[in-house]
Amino acid sequence: MVGIVIVSHSRKIAEGVKDLAMQVASASGRIVAAGGMADGEIGTDAVMISEAIRSADGGDGVVVLADLGSGIMSAETAMELLEDDKIDVRLADAPVVEGAVAAAVEAACGSPIENVIRAAEEARSARKLD
Amino acid sequence: MSSRVYGCLSLIGERITENSDFLTDLDRQIGDADHGANMARGFAAVVGKVPGDDPDIGAALKKTGMTLLSTVGGASGPLYGTAYMEAAKVLAGSETLSAQGFVDALTAAVAGIQKRGKSVRGEKTMLDALIPALEASTAAVAGGGSLSDALDSACAAAEEGVAYTRTIAATKGRASYLGERSIGHQDPGATSAAITLEAIRDYIRG
Repeated sequence: MVGIVIVSHSRKIAEGVKDLAMQVASASGRIVAAGGMADGEIGTDAVMISEAIRSADGGDGVVVLADLGSGIMSAETAMELLEDDKIDVRLADAPVVEGAVAAAVEAACGSPIENVIRAAEEARSARKLD
Repeated sequence: MSSRVYGCLSLIGERITENSDFLTDLDRQIGDADHGANMARGFAAVVGKVPGDDPDIGAALKKTGMTLLSTVGGASGPLYGTAYMEAAKVLAGSETLSAQGFVDALTAAVAGIQKRGKSVRGEKTMLDALIPALEASTAAVAGGGSLSDALDSACAAAEEGVAYTRTIAATKGRASYLGERSIGHQDPGATSAAITLEAIRDYIRG
């Protein structure tokens, strides 16, 4: 199963999105939250994110969803830190909440990483009204 | 006795900490008022984690980069973290710093920041201090200048670059939300970059 890492400046947001995605997708494991700093402060930590990617990977690759600004920069830095690890890790251009739920549903079906990242990115254009 | 590189990193940390409120005030005007505090927290961790007695400049810079990545929190974490880690690759195994070594390390650091931030000169960022500093120090060394000459040139150019950031609108980072309203304000990232170069210069002068 493809792993999913949720990156946010807030630990609570990352944990909450993880809980929501696991509930909706009835997924067991392979979804890892990497929010806030080690001391719980607001921020992003590339080293923490790289460890989350490693623990989310079960051999089928990992899709990362990140929130604003430096969330993306820290996620990209984390991916570079893992260059020697040979993990197929990709950053989704997707909204964190909707993207994570869509990706989790797709991953729980056992889909390959291309389908999981596409599901996350398609969530970007999903309308909520009408 | 502490290594030279540890001494230099400690001086950078002292200067960042002394200027923490100033940097945070600059950031309050056009950002989210955390740059000084974030950088001071990062360097407090750096002086605790970098071994004081290892003379390997590359190893010390790598540890500095990794520590900044996991302690700064804001955008300057991945930006400065990447800069120190790219410089570390150039200086791996070096125990002394030559003029050319400084220019090569600064070249790698600036390239790392550009890649990480997907940014160029003129967007009101730290690059507006660092790119002129790199050009000036490269020219100084090409003309036969010493490490001290390279740093003098770098600092003078960085200072001008910081002044230049007051005259332009931000098009990158959080300050870009303000657009034209950011004109007149000095960029905090450019300022901390200039402070860093000045600390290195002062340490080298002894």
